[in-house]
Amino acid sequence: MRLVVDLNRCQGYAQCAFLAPDVFAMHGDESLLYNPEADPAQREDVLRAVAACPVQAILLEITDEDMANMVTPDAVAGAGSRSGGAR
Amino acid sequence: MTAAGTHDGALERLKREGRIVVVGASLAGLRAAETMREKGFAGSLTLIGDEPYEPYDRPPLSKQVLLGNAVADHTALPRRRAIDADWRLGVPATGLDMAARRVKLGNGDEVEYDRLLIATGVRARPWPNPEEGALKGVFVLRTRDDAEGLQRALAAGPRRVLVIGAGFTGSEIASACRERGLDVTVAERGDAPLVGALGGVIGAVAAEMHRENGVDLRTGVMVTSLEGDPSGRVRAAHLSDGSTIEAEVVVVSLGAQRNTEWLAGSGLGAGPRGIACDAGCRAFDIRGIVTDDIYVAGDVARSPHALFGYQFLSLEHWGNAVAQADTAAHNMLSESADRRPHLWVPAFWSSQFGVNIKSVGVPPMGTEILITQGSLAERRFAAAYGYQGRLIAAVTFDNCRWLPFYEQQIEATAPFPPEFSTVDRRPDGAKPLPADFPDPSVPTHGPTITLSGYSPADRKMTFTPGR
Ligand SMILES: Cc1cc2nc3c(=O)[nH]c(=O)nc-3n(C[C@H](O)[C@H](O)[C@H](O)COP(=O)(O)OP(=O)(O)OC[C@H]3O[C@@H](n4cnc5c(N)ncnc54)[C@H](O)[C@@H]3O)c2cc1C
Ligand code: SF4
Repeated sequence: MRLVVDLNRCQGYAQCAFLAPDVFAMHGDESLLYNPEADPAQREDVLRAVAACPVQAILLEITDEDMANMVTPDAVAGAGSRSGGAR
Repeated sequence: MTAAGTHDGALERLKREGRIVVVGASLAGLRAAETMREKGFAGSLTLIGDEPYEPYDRPPLSKQVLLGNAVADHTALPRRRAIDADWRLGVPATGLDMAARRVKLGNGDEVEYDRLLIATGVRARPWPNPEEGALKGVFVLRTRDDAEGLQRALAAGPRRVLVIGAGFTGSEIASACRERGLDVTVAERGDAPLVGALGGVIGAVAAEMHRENGVDLRTGVMVTSLEGDPSGRVRAAHLSDGSTIEAEVVVVSLGAQRNTEWLAGSGLGAGPRGIACDAGCRAFDIRGIVTDDIYVAGDVARSPHALFGYQFLSLEHWGNAVAQADTAAHNMLSESADRRPHLWVPAFWSSQFGVNIKSVGVPPMGTEILITQGSLAERRFAAAYGYQGRLIAAVTFDNCRWLPFYEQQIEATAPFPPEFSTVDRRPDGAKPLPADFPDPSVPTHGPTITLSGYSPADRKMTFTPGR
């Protein structure tokens, strides 16, 4: 699962770091560091982070491979696709 | 009326069955290809890249990767969509025949195009002495391979790292070294880090940041030579002030050179300053005539910007590559009346010593600077740059939420000094100071914006007709 954050747009709100702490982390007060290739197991968390970012700075690609490697196919009850963890 | 109705349907034909070739398979090349497909381009799309990898992201290379938080080969860029391209990776473009509309490749192949996009970017400027540059332990940082090699060298725990050049990349490398607990010396020809990009007032803040974090910062000096041991490993560096620094790893961070050599003799207006294009990303030929079928985007392009006196701007900014690629791709598939100008307001970020640095506009154009919010001493502030009574740029240190506001002000050609006053304006911001940029005619290791156009108001240049 690949991702990139447009750090021009990012305003350091840390929503992503809160929702997917294994992928996103704040470095200092407002710099964001992230792992550009997140583990497929983080998919639900990352989707929540994408949805919650107030400036929509996160671009995510889920490859077919990620789908195949998913541990729990469409589990995580109710989180669904996009709208899941917006607040 | 549809385009096909007013014209001979050439554009519709291009979209249906044309051939588009993109040279440079990185950020700008990939994003342009995606936009072309999004706009319904159904013809053949070829992406040519001299690196063996699919497009990857460079900013993490000097940050996450050097810190050991991400792996260099895990930086492939996410795709916005499938682009169904013919990828020619690991092979450089070596020539262009504009008349025959053909790109020549290093393996002898030739690829024909109806539209060509050039996005070959820049490469790290190598150490000027090739023998010294080839010593083991000497690095530059531009590619995935560079980052992987450097990260491995840092992980081995060298006794000292020397970084030559304190631009953004050099400063980020020094910062990563300190976070890893490594001793690091930074040698900078200018008076302070980041002076080329942000001027002396901010450079002084950057210098403090280096020193407080334990960097051995040497300014106003040049490294004159590198010395190896008998096994061909770098051992020491000699400086212009007569001193010697023993280092096991040396990172040459002296800015970048545009990848335009492959276009030599093609007739395209390409040279060491990049490829000149119009605001619609169409490349100029050497006669200054705009081409119809060759477009440019990203770090290799230089284009005029109405907000900045139509100066040609060369930007080494991630956001520019994305935005310009999008505009170029749109224009490549549009009738002339539907084309858009690339009038993106320059913006970039950097992260070093735990501080988030961001900028909008063109700081090197500024002659004055005013600290509009916060304070330099706290390293949390916003500063505005002024040029002839206008707000021309702004920079923030750990204060990025204000940047969109400054961007709007720049777009609105707001006055300088700014008329608004903020609650947290401190004594620093009482009156504007000279921005203190080095003389632009003296080349630096690399401001990330180069003003390379001739401004008629500025009588420093002389026209020298060829013979
Ligand atoms: C270490 C590092 C950190 C950075 N950090 C930041 C940052 O924090 N913020 C920011 O705004 N920007 C940053 N940047 C700049 C940003 O990465 C660039 O602006 C961006 O990569 C430009 O994209 P591009 O596609 O124009 O060029 P490039 O990414 O340089 O890609 C050009 C591609 O073309 C290939 N190529 C060259 N010649 C040929 C040829 N003849 N044939 C085929 N292929 C060729 C090159 O090998 C390369 O793969 C950073 C850059 C680096 C290196
Ligand atoms: S949620 Fe968005 S704005 Fe906030 S830190 Fe993450 S990417 Fe940046």
